[in-house]
Amino acid sequence: MGGLIKSSIARKVAMALSGLFLVFFLLQHFSINFTSVFSPDLFNELSHFMGTNPIVQFVLQPILIFAVVFHFVMGFILEVQNNKARAVKYAKYNGGANAPWVSRNMIYSGLVVLAFLGLHFYDFWVPEIVYKYIETNPEVPTRYYEELLHKFESPIRTGLYVLSFVFLALHLWHGFASSFQSVGFNNKYSEGLTKFAKAFAVLIPLGFVAIAVIHYFNH
Amino acid sequence: MNLTLKIWRQKDAKSQGKMVDYQISGIEGDMSFLEMLDVLNEDLISKGEEPVVFDHDCREGICGSCSLQINGEPHGPDRLITTCQLHMRKFNDGDTIYIEPFRAKAFPVVKDLMIDRSAFDRIQHAGGYISVNTSGNTMDANAIPVNKHDADDSFAAATCIGCGACVAACKNASAMLFTSAKVSQFALLPQGQVEASERVMAMVNQMDAEGFGNCTNTGACEIECPKGISLENIARMNREYLKASVKG
Amino acid sequence: MSILDSKIPEGPLADKWTKHKNTIDLVNPANKRNIDVIVVGTGLAGGSAAATLAELGYNVKTFCYQDSPRRAHSIAAQGGINASKNYQGDGDSDYRLFYDTVKGGDYRSREANVYRLAEVSGNIIDQCVAQGVPFAREYGGLLDNRSFGGVLVSRTFYAKGQTGQQLLLGAYSAMNRQINRGKIQAFNRHEMLDLVKIDGKARGIIARDLVTGEIERHAAHAVVLATGGYGNVFFLSTNAMGSNVMAAWRAHRRGAFFANPCFTQIHPTCIPVSGESQSKLTLMSESLRNDGRIWVPKRKEDAEAIREGKLKPTQLSEEERDYYLERRYPAFGNLVPRDVASRAAKERCDAGFGVNKTGEAVYLDFASAIERYGREKALTSGMQDPTKEQVIKLGEEVVEAKYGNLFQMYEKIVDENPYKTPMMIYPAVHYTMGGLWVDYNLQTTIPGCYAAGEANFSDHGANRLGASALMQGLADGYFVLPYTIGDYLADDIRTGEIPTDTPEFEQAEQEAKERIDRLMSASGTHSVDYYHKKLGKIMWNKCGMSRNETELKEAIEEIANLREDFWKNVKIPGQANGVNQELEKAGRVADFLELGELFAKDALTRNESCGGHFREEYQTKEGEALRDDENFKFVSAWEYKGEPKDAVLHKEELVYENIELKTRSYK
Repeated sequence: MGGLIKSSIARKVAMALSGLFLVFFLLQHFSINFTSVFSPDLFNELSHFMGTNPIVQFVLQPILIFAVVFHFVMGFILEVQNNKARAVKYAKYNGGANAPWVSRNMIYSGLVVLAFLGLHFYDFWVPEIVYKYIETNPEVPTRYYEELLHKFESPIRTGLYVLSFVFLALHLWHGFASSFQSVGFNNKYSEGLTKFAKAFAVLIPLGFVAIAVIHYFNH
Repeated sequence: MNLTLKIWRQKDAKSQGKMVDYQISGIEGDMSFLEMLDVLNEDLISKGEEPVVFDHDCREGICGSCSLQINGEPHGPDRLITTCQLHMRKFNDGDTIYIEPFRAKAFPVVKDLMIDRSAFDRIQHAGGYISVNTSGNTMDANAIPVNKHDADDSFAAATCIGCGACVAACKNASAMLFTSAKVSQFALLPQGQVEASERVMAMVNQMDAEGFGNCTNTGACEIECPKGISLENIARMNREYLKASVKG
Repeated sequence: MSILDSKIPEGPLADKWTKHKNTIDLVNPANKRNIDVIVVGTGLAGGSAAATLAELGYNVKTFCYQDSPRRAHSIAAQGGINASKNYQGDGDSDYRLFYDTVKGGDYRSREANVYRLAEVSGNIIDQCVAQGVPFAREYGGLLDNRSFGGVLVSRTFYAKGQTGQQLLLGAYSAMNRQINRGKIQAFNRHEMLDLVKIDGKARGIIARDLVTGEIERHAAHAVVLATGGYGNVFFLSTNAMGSNVMAAWRAHRRGAFFANPCFTQIHPTCIPVSGESQSKLTLMSESLRNDGRIWVPKRKEDAEAIREGKLKPTQLSEEERDYYLERRYPAFGNLVPRDVASRAAKERCDAGFGVNKTGEAVYLDFASAIERYGREKALTSGMQDPTKEQVIKLGEEVVEAKYGNLFQMYEKIVDENPYKTPMMIYPAVHYTMGGLWVDYNLQTTIPGCYAAGEANFSDHGANRLGASALMQGLADGYFVLPYTIGDYLADDIRTGEIPTDTPEFEQAEQEAKERIDRLMSASGTHSVDYYHKKLGKIMWNKCGMSRNETELKEAIEEIANLREDFWKNVKIPGQANGVNQELEKAGRVADFLELGELFAKDALTRNESCGGHFREEYQTKEGEALRDDENFKFVSAWEYKGEPKDAVLHKEELVYENIELKTRSYK
């Protein structure tokens, strides 16, 4: 991986592209989850498709996993490099004077999201893989909605879920909009695009939170 | 006014430095920040102590020599100015002011507040020029019309004074704004097209080799830049770099 | 016959340069590889000379005291660069640019040099555009011009208010290309301490590494000094803090004649001194005088009240104001040349009418311009009976569009809103026309030692026109020196590398070290700035905008005494073997203390008033400058003989074959 992205600009673009891919995934994930609020059947149908379609399972899923791993590994590498670029720190550093908190603390919002991903994998993805590929249980196309509801019974889990999405929103607030700058897109459309990206950064996580909260209170 | 100054003192590049406290009085609002330091230095000299070393030259905001991190911001709290254009009226009686050198691994401290910015020169050596001889026999200056907007944008990028505030402000000590300003100046002009690919590759490679950090688009550089160099230049450099990479 | 041989080629004026280029010796490309050239100073002249010499194939070493060549003070030039391109079709030509420059210089410059300057001026613009210098353009994509400094054509190319910066970065980029090729070795943060002569020829320099404090020997077949002017002899000037005369003065001490040291340009529109700790003056573009009206109160009591803060300038009615330039020079009014405007301001302030707390400022008032523009704007935008507020608002918008950046700069420094209250301005030292004497080849009186740009004396006579300094620096560096130096170096193709382990280098290094030791071991009573400020006061008060015999004599004595005191009692903390900014300053001030005296001596010798040199004894009844062409139509070239007072004057008679000498009048 090191050779492939040896220049700072290549790393930056790679970070942006993997991020954009994850944003796209997030939108897709949200769209499916959202159906659970108004139509358990549709939700089951879509989940069944995603869970059994070989292209999704054996092509898109590995790409997604790669993108996630790449994005956070690269994020760490960059953080370490960036830290080294200022070996002696300032006695007084007024970062807030020239850059918003979110943009300066992507590593922290990212870490929270990463921790959440761990929980999320533990909650959904690992059981799913075990269910399908290790225990090789027969597919039940209607099991998904029940599983979903089950996860939002615990107030702690729901709370963690909500908190994680707040951090995801913070991460996206800077990450999504700035990915266009990284790939070299900065022109008269940028202002509109930035507004869209910021709206996305708030609305999508808010949507996820809403889904969790609705299911929690529906119990 | 009376002030408490906390100033980084470091004997030379090899020595360890530390923040040292100084009290100073009789400072007028009309004084520039560097004149305030002149007063401090006169005081230190009269006591037989070594004055504080700092880079400065034109004292009108254009040479790019002065380079102080003041209260955690390059060139201090005011905008679109260099340290030499900062006036003491921006401070209040009794204030404590932190004065540090611009910090980056690629900008080692020479002494006290003086730093070595030759990394910037080396980035320019790598490709910050158009290869044309000074024969006097180039074509007439008006032979190639240049779109006014491009010429103006090129000028705006070219106003960079190479002070290093972008690096100092960046939480990653990245030099993208500086490098992109030069790349942009030439990329926007027809004269610069011929060597565009080689230029951006060479300059970015040198920038990376100097040990600057990576850009994470915080935008701090643009806010702190005394000449208001725009982030658009970084996007342009990214584009130019991608284009050059694809061309191979 | 003077011992000064200006080597002006024979033939008609317009053919001299071409003919000269065709007949001088050249060095073949293979031999250039074996020849080393040192260039001291990396501003417009030095940077462009270094780049071109390296391109030609010479091995170049550059030296500058700044941390990068890009920071040389050429960078601060605002307005523009003249060139006789005649893109505007307004009748400009090489001859016209030549004529304007000689006349502007009050007929104290050399015809042949000035004509060559005009001749290559167009090439400079071609060259800079090819290098990617982003000059201002019109909507059609072609280059824009502005007019400048009272000439009759539009020939000034510009890049907003940062032309010097853009041109310098152009020269710096040309240098970078050669550094990348390995043809230029750049020694930054290095200061030249002495010139080394071997067998009468300049063969190298002694330099101090300003970071390590090490004294180094550098040898070369020729040495180019492009080290700028000496305006900082006045302590306060628009020059950079580090600008100094050391390189030129060291060369002078080694035998280079110093020409016209008293020719100094004092710029009328600078921001006044605010207090004792002021370190530097800031220039504001001359263009402000196009719309601003200059005045002081008519009554001294009002001036006093203003100084004490009891009265505001806006409270004074028209009748209570003295628009002294309009009063004295009805024809040109506020647009008289720089030297005239500066002297008039000093005269009013000396008489007690100054308007800031130090008493050294006059008003530059935009109120009538704002009202005039406001009315015009109201009329053109079809407003019926606009109120006074509306007119002022419109007018302020027009003024902002024209001078917004200058007003903003003023407000940052002075903290007053110049739209609402008149600006305060005062003259400040800005440029020195004098410098090392050079012949047509830009060679000083030391063979192998050349001087280019502001460091030489050649092109501006007694007064420089606006936008001509940049032109001269680049002309010397790009197009003149790299060719003329070949004529000298052609004899050096068999010389081989110059060794530095010779007695001459040894001795020069020893002397430089002793000088540093002397400075470091002085008794330590006063700081360097204490002396520099004292020298500045003497220079400003007695050798400034107007001079007279008595005061010049006093100045000579006072400077000599101050110099003696300096060497005994200056205080420099720290060590010499590392960064020591006080030591750097001390070396420079020590040389200013010698130059200052020669400056006064030169002014005392020149019994006439011309350009920037105004002798009170030589003026008309109306107080205008009285030039004496019969007795003083010459260049004063001073030979070093130990103390400045012992310097010997050599005269280079100026011959005007193509221009008729006239008196300047602005009434």
